[in-house]
Amino acid sequence: MSGIAGTKSSLTWAVHLSLVAMVLLWLFPTVGLFVSSFRTTDQISTGGWWKAMSSSEQSTTLRTSSPETQIGKDGVFLIEGNLFDEGSEAEISVWGTSSRSIDDYKAGDTAELKNGATITVAANGDYIMQSTETLTGKRGQRVFVTALTPPEFTLDNYKNVLFDENNREGMAKAFFNTLTVTIPATIIPILVAAFAAYALAWMDFPGRALLIAAVVGLLVVPLQLALIPLLKLHNEIGIGKGYLGAWLAHTGFGLPLAIYLLRNYMVGLPRDIIENAKVDGATDFQIFIKIILPLSFPALASFAIFQFLWTWNDLLVALVFLIDSSGETTVMTKQIVELLGTRGGNWEILATSAFVSIAVPLVVFFAMQKYLVRGLLAGSVK
Amino acid sequence: MHPAFQAILTIIIGVGGCVGYFYFSNQFLDKVVFPPKGVHAGRNITRANMIRPWLFLFPALTALGLYLAYPVFETLRLSLSERVPGGGSQFVGLANYEQMFSESKFWEAMRNNLLWLIVVPALSTVFGLIAAQLSDRVRWGNIAKSLIFMPMAISFVGAAVIFKLVYDTRPVDQDQIGVLNALYLFFGGNQPVTWLTQVPWNSFLLMIVLVWIQTGFAMVILSAALRGIPEETIEAAIVDGANPFQVFFKIKVPQIMSTIVVVWTTITIVVLKVFDIVFAMTNGQWETQVLANYMYDKLFRASDWGVGSASAMIIMLLVSPILVWNVYNARKEMQ
Repeated sequence: MSGIAGTKSSLTWAVHLSLVAMVLLWLFPTVGLFVSSFRTTDQISTGGWWKAMSSSEQSTTLRTSSPETQIGKDGVFLIEGNLFDEGSEAEISVWGTSSRSIDDYKAGDTAELKNGATITVAANGDYIMQSTETLTGKRGQRVFVTALTPPEFTLDNYKNVLFDENNREGMAKAFFNTLTVTIPATIIPILVAAFAAYALAWMDFPGRALLIAAVVGLLVVPLQLALIPLLKLHNEIGIGKGYLGAWLAHTGFGLPLAIYLLRNYMVGLPRDIIENAKVDGATDFQIFIKIILPLSFPALASFAIFQFLWTWNDLLVALVFLIDSSGETTVMTKQIVELLGTRGGNWEILATSAFVSIAVPLVVFFAMQKYLVRGLLAGSVK
Repeated sequence: MHPAFQAILTIIIGVGGCVGYFYFSNQFLDKVVFPPKGVHAGRNITRANMIRPWLFLFPALTALGLYLAYPVFETLRLSLSERVPGGGSQFVGLANYEQMFSESKFWEAMRNNLLWLIVVPALSTVFGLIAAQLSDRVRWGNIAKSLIFMPMAISFVGAAVIFKLVYDTRPVDQDQIGVLNALYLFFGGNQPVTWLTQVPWNSFLLMIVLVWIQTGFAMVILSAALRGIPEETIEAAIVDGANPFQVFFKIKVPQIMSTIVVVWTTITIVVLKVFDIVFAMTNGQWETQVLANYMYDKLFRASDWGVGSASAMIIMLLVSPILVWNVYNARKEMQ
């Protein structure tokens, strides 16, 4: 179309640039969280994530080796070593020996300590501490350094959040709970809806138009209305709060969209196939199982993705129908909200937990985007 | 029993039960109730075919009725009654509504909801339209669309965390880790601002989260509509000397007006139900309350089912024009 539109080159550039700007703007917040989830606590709290790719100035407290490692030679006692962990490429700019003045000395300078010893710290963290007397004490000398640290990423946050047995956030458990809620709540409504959609699309009976209209109406009924009556109902029939209640609720709330999507798709299937099958003596049940279901696969996939995303990302239904006072059945969204409240400052845990919960829908999204788009186009009431 | 086994068992029972129900009920109808043989064979086939649709519909209708239709009426009843100690309830007329209308928090929620209703659908649709138009004109448009569409897959809670980081505030003597404050200071702000407590800006900052999510949806639908425009109309306009902007605003937009309305109303419904974002980010503090969160507060924190149900009915009331409009259109389309 751009050919016929007689596009001018300056306008083409403007189009490219504005689209790039828009994409970056939309991507930026997510990337921020993603990058943060790979940074250490120190890194997150000392600088914005956008600086994570470049070296950053960090002030930390390090220690020399303990006096037990000193070597005595010619009346001089020495402790030698490197302040940093092995493999670190940090570069010290200034340092000090007291927390009140952390920038007294430059790299390579020699400082005099209270006990008469001297210490020299090089830019790469090598230090020599020497004294004419035996160095005493159990722990090494503290050194306050300000160092230019190269970018560094870690998987520790993920290890902590997912695999640490005794972490209190329980994201691993919540992950499996979420999965437990999601899978039955995705599969069951599909089947129930498919049969109903077939009846609404291909069977003639009085009241059909009315039922279709009712389904369209129920599409927009806010789920807020259902909370109290259904909680009451679940308590009365003995389901209470738990998985069964959540599965049933998700099934009920997902049905209007499922029926609507599937009916619209099934109506469009070629009439000949179905009538030929009928002439050949197939029953409605056989037609449904052998012809309609396989042909409706794209619509089934569309709805499955919707329902999966919706149940995986849901908070309200879980809060009301699933999570009881024991908290055993908690889901990830609930855990994250809790973290936001109690540990709002612990970005490494928050970011990682959030990303664990976001990752699965994102994979589904990118893998099956085609069906999602198709479903959206069919599902928005025209 | 381990929940995972319970889940697998539920899938088996659920799926097996469904298939079994449909199979055996059909068999029962054909073989036992109205067998197509004997004296009344013809009559029996007709009768069986009259009943069969209802066999297919029964599970879905039961679930729809129980989980969506019944609650509407039950909520209406609850909103007109109050619980009496020891169980049961009694009819109190409009007392719950009166109490709700006298609360300033309710009016704050109404006011904010109206703002949300104007700002979010408008911005999402406009951004979606821009993104659709731009991405249709470049070769890497599909990648761009994918990336703008991506937030649709992210939960409201996940989005809340993402934007909490954007709005984060550190003390004045430290480096800012929130982008917004970093930019604010970079462009000459005096000291970092705790954005989520700044009335009235905080409500808009929450709206941005939803706009960010919904723009992709608008873009996908509008992009399909833009592609559906007959090329002759555009060619004719260009021949007549229209510039690209005139083509867009005077030829394209009017032709996809009905789709724009659909997108707008769909996002409106999402906005009316918005709960997670406010719940997770401010929980209605600092004058950011919205109806859905107000209702949750009343139902589960104050345990006031009467007023909670009354506010749920208000949400229903706000949705119902769209409901009627959708049903009207669907019926028109079927004829």
